[in-house]
Amino acid sequence: MNNLRGVYTIWYRDILRFWRDRIRLIGAFFFPLLFLFVFGSGLSSRMALFGSGINFVQFMFPGIIGMTVLMSSFMAGVSVVWDREFGFLKEVLVAPISRASVAGGKTLGAATVALIQGTVILLFAPLVGISLSPQMVLVLLPLMFLLAAAMGSFGILLATRIRTVEAFQAVMQMLTFPMVFLSGVFFSLQDVPTWMSVLAKINPATYGIATIRQVVLEAPPDSPFGINLLGHTMSLWNNVALLAVFGTAMTLLAMRSLGSQE
Amino acid sequence: MNDYIIKVENLVKKFGQLVAVDNISFSVAPGEIFGFLGPNGAGKTTTINILCTLSKPTSGRAMVNGYDVVRQQSQVRQSIGLVFQDPSLDERLSGLQNLRFHALVYHVPASVREQRIEQVLKMMELWDKRHIVVRNYSGGMKRRLELARGLLHHPKVLFLDEPTLGLDPQTRNRIWEYILELRRREGTTIFLTTHYMDEADKADRIAIIDHGKLVAMDTSERLKKIVGKDIISVRTSDDKRAVEEIRLRYQIKARRDSNGLTFEVVSGEKFLPTFIKEFGTKILSVNLRSPSLDDVFLKLTGREIREETGDAFKAMFRRHGRRMRR
Ligand SMILES: Nc1ncnc2c1ncn2[C@@H]1O[C@H](COP(=O)(O)OP(=O)(O)O)[C@@H](O)[C@H]1O
Ligand SMILES: [Mg+2]
Repeated sequence: MNNLRGVYTIWYRDILRFWRDRIRLIGAFFFPLLFLFVFGSGLSSRMALFGSGINFVQFMFPGIIGMTVLMSSFMAGVSVVWDREFGFLKEVLVAPISRASVAGGKTLGAATVALIQGTVILLFAPLVGISLSPQMVLVLLPLMFLLAAAMGSFGILLATRIRTVEAFQAVMQMLTFPMVFLSGVFFSLQDVPTWMSVLAKINPATYGIATIRQVVLEAPPDSPFGINLLGHTMSLWNNVALLAVFGTAMTLLAMRSLGSQE
Repeated sequence: MNDYIIKVENLVKKFGQLVAVDNISFSVAPGEIFGFLGPNGAGKTTTINILCTLSKPTSGRAMVNGYDVVRQQSQVRQSIGLVFQDPSLDERLSGLQNLRFHALVYHVPASVREQRIEQVLKMMELWDKRHIVVRNYSGGMKRRLELARGLLHHPKVLFLDEPTLGLDPQTRNRIWEYILELRRREGTTIFLTTHYMDEADKADRIAIIDHGKLVAMDTSERLKKIVGKDIISVRTSDDKRAVEEIRLRYQIKARRDSNGLTFEVVSGEKFLPTFIKEFGTKILSVNLRSPSLDDVFLKLTGREIREETGDAFKAMFRRHGRRMRR
């Protein structure tokens, strides 16, 4: 009960801050849309169709949703570093709530904000000729949230160990771009060199992007949009389980890291 | 019932080679205002950090409100309020939102929450500014908001780490009125650190700390008795000659410092008229005063506590410089 209240309070503050800064939302969907329309339209004429009437923009669309969610949640850890620099982290760490609930609340806050941003992108589906049924949306929302929580807790874990905002941003950029490029946002992972395929499969984001894409494009796991891990075709539930395990591990590590902090 | 609310036994904190807190022991009675006086780097903040569970002692024990600061962290945290040396507000939220956050994490019951927030904000004269984002508060307003926040959950013990550092004298006085009022009304125990002498003077008891060691602990009156004598400062046309003359004429050793010459005599009011009449070196100015805590510190450690009075800007700069480095 005590812990739940701690999680809720930390989460609530993050949402409040997001709401105060909601102008950020515009920036958050400006770039994904730029990618989608300029980059996508420019290239789509030269890219082969994927069969079954899917063009390149439609292929990229779920990837862009995943990318938005991933980047937003992963970067959210910066708030922990900010709080440390501005001293507010001390107010949190000395409060009678457990450190575990602080890490938990931060993860949920990061995931919620990322989910809101991903949902905004989702609204553009009709513009690229994709129609989403209510059932599909109901599946997509928890999927996006799961991806966001997994990447968010990873970012928060790093944030508990990095002291300055500059260092944090440098580390994040070094990790974010490879993670985005090697997750199948912009191209199919079917016909890439082996080294790339190996890296993509180590990248947890790959499983989130693939799942979102399969749902949005209504494609089965054994289609070119699926992932084959060590000879096993990853089903939707396999992907979900993998992300959940990764996210739980990161959250536990972040809780421990914050708990041992002076 | 315990006769103390804070008890510290043989507390040690090391940072690598550096011994920041060196085997200190003391206790504080409920309702007492207890002052920790010492120069920068003496170990005051480190001690507070241990008492408020932010940092673990290398050895020794500390109890707050009957709870062990290492083994019963959450009970300790629930018992205390804190105003940190460095700013610790959420600058992006309003004053009101900062207090609501605090009330939630400290389990202030929903039925009294809003009423208490109003009460502390009015006490700190911030009620009209409650919707303003903290980033736009002045330094004094931020400090008062931090004090309001520290009081919100009615802590048994309030820790104030240099509560008036970098504030103008007017705001300092106002904050002191609040602190004294609080003790009167709620019986809150107050543990404060400072390197301002006049501020330490307001405490019921003072512990003087230097290089991590407690060098003295008593009431202000009794500490001043350590010095015993009155203090005379003179400016002369030739300080070197004056030192020599004082030594020969009165067998007193005078120190040369920023005030010219300083020396101590028993009952200065009687000494001064004859001194002025018979002294050979030209006297430019004379000042007679009873001993201050500054003199006590000097007597005990051989050094002065560097005061930053009147230099609020420099102090502010330090506060911010520190924040940026962390
Ligand atoms: N986290 C830390 N790591 C290393 N040294 C520290 C740390 N915190 C404080 N110190 C050192 O411990 C000593 C006491 O510092 P502090 O308790 O902040 O002094 P005060 O509050 O009395 O000015 C100083 O020499 C300071 O440099
Ligand atoms: Mg200090």
